Amino acid sequence: MTALLEVDNLRVAYGKIEAVKGISFTVEAGQVVTLIGTNGAGKTTTLRTLSGLLKPLDGTIRFEGRPLAGVPAHRIVALGLAHSPEGRHIFPRLTIAENLQLGAFLRKDGEGIAKDTQRVYDLFPILGERARQAAGTLSGGEQQMLAMGRALMSRPKLLMLDEPSMGLSPIMMQRIMATITELRASGTTILLVEQNARAALSLADRGHVMEIGKIVLSGTGADLLHDESVRKAYLGED
Amino acid sequence: MHQLPQTLVNGLALGALYGLIAIGYTMVYGIVQLINFAHGEIVMIGGFGALSVHLWLPADTPLTAALPLMLIGGAIASVAVATAAERFAYRPLRNAPRLAPLITAIGLSIALQQLVWAFYPDAKKSRGFPQFRGDAFELAGNIHIQRDDVFVLLAAPLCMLALGFFVAKSRTGRAMQATAQDPDTAKLMGINTDRIIVLAFAIGGAFAAVAAVAAGLRAGQINFEMGFILGLKAFTAAVLGGIGNIYGAMLGGVVLGIAEAAASTYIQHIPGMQQLGGGGWKDVWAFALLILVLLIRPQGLLGERVADRA
Repeated sequence: MTALLEVDNLRVAYGKIEAVKGISFTVEAGQVVTLIGTNGAGKTTTLRTLSGLLKPLDGTIRFEGRPLAGVPAHRIVALGLAHSPEGRHIFPRLTIAENLQLGAFLRKDGEGIAKDTQRVYDLFPILGERARQAAGTLSGGEQQMLAMGRALMSRPKLLMLDEPSMGLSPIMMQRIMATITELRASGTTILLVEQNARAALSLADRGHVMEIGKIVLSGTGADLLHDESVRKAYLGED
Repeated sequence: MHQLPQTLVNGLALGALYGLIAIGYTMVYGIVQLINFAHGEIVMIGGFGALSVHLWLPADTPLTAALPLMLIGGAIASVAVATAAERFAYRPLRNAPRLAPLITAIGLSIALQQLVWAFYPDAKKSRGFPQFRGDAFELAGNIHIQRDDVFVLLAAPLCMLALGFFVAKSRTGRAMQATAQDPDTAKLMGINTDRIIVLAFAIGGAFAAVAAVAAGLRAGQINFEMGFILGLKAFTAAVLGGIGNIYGAMLGGVVLGIAEAAASTYIQHIPGMQQLGGGGWKDVWAFALLILVLLIRPQGLLGERVADRA
């Protein structure tokens, strides 16, 4: 069986600076896979390349066995790959409802869109209460909910979440992580990038540790949580 | 003071014309943060497109019948040149330093002027543009609307409302707003942002053609240099209203038009300023107003402060 996503020897550069130096990993359908590592490890660059915003220098990306080379970003979402970007990037001057509609931009099934909108409102009731409000007026955590909800609106086969817990209060972070667990239980495949390694590893099926553009360690979430070097470097334990 | 209503009517017509052009600047700026300094020439090209249709029609065609065809001809010319400029002059420079597309725009502006000057028949001097025959319409007591101004006074609000509705309500309009606010994230939604950018240039071009016909009707002539001062005034209007905001562009145009009309009418009556009034000084007052607004409200009348942007 081929994996949903196969990344093989991916290299990405900004000008002369190589940010991702040949990484390989796979995501199987139904799995939660996480990339952890410090700032500048190349995690965000990897996601931006997968969604077509950056062009790889070398290597192959296959989604459902199909190579993504040369497919522009606006076509990749149509294939079933949704990206909730780092820093949330909601559309601040559009309403919450309009942001969600944009998440379903390529879909034509009005009924299905209405159903999925309701599902997002069930998941995050605050968004439903404020549907007609400009998204820029939401708090950071609420904006994160909107960014996740918007990504779900395309009914993705693979949901990529970049730093969903960044800048959130501990309570808000728990909410977001609980939602990821819920999504996982409902069968959504997720590629999660996190700096909060403990939270990410405890709900991931597989994890990869990135350091300056390379994957230095891979394993199941539980293995990595108990790995000596990971505990020292990323979980703040001695 | 008895001249005030008439001054307002004159200013409104002039301002509506500026506003139509200003929308072209503001749409493009809102989406790609480029000041398309060749936009005045897009207006000029629209004027020559409309004139070509007029010359091609039988000489006895009534102007009311010819006008829709002239608008279509002008729009085809303007939209074609505006979208070609985007595709071949600006798109290759999209990730270049800001100065490169700006200089390209100025070069394109000169090139378009010279092309029309060199190749359009008899364009080395002004060419006559058709006008409506007959006296001005009299509104209430002694307030007159020139026949040729009726067109712009109707066309500008209609275009404005149609555009406002399109941007706010349609799926493509929402995609335009998304692209203006965050182009990379818009791509993640599945929006083909290249197409949205072309559309912004095309809408600006179509509005430019309407403005060109209005300008031709008002002056009874067009020439290859007409886009320069019109473009500069409309750019002023766009900044005045808050660049990036389409309603601001129209508001800025109207404020500028009324200010110009008022300056030409009243300043000569202020003791000691007789020499500074009249039509010859109107450009000075228009730009003085721009400087004033930029000092007091740098973001323009309806603009948002850039720092507020997320």
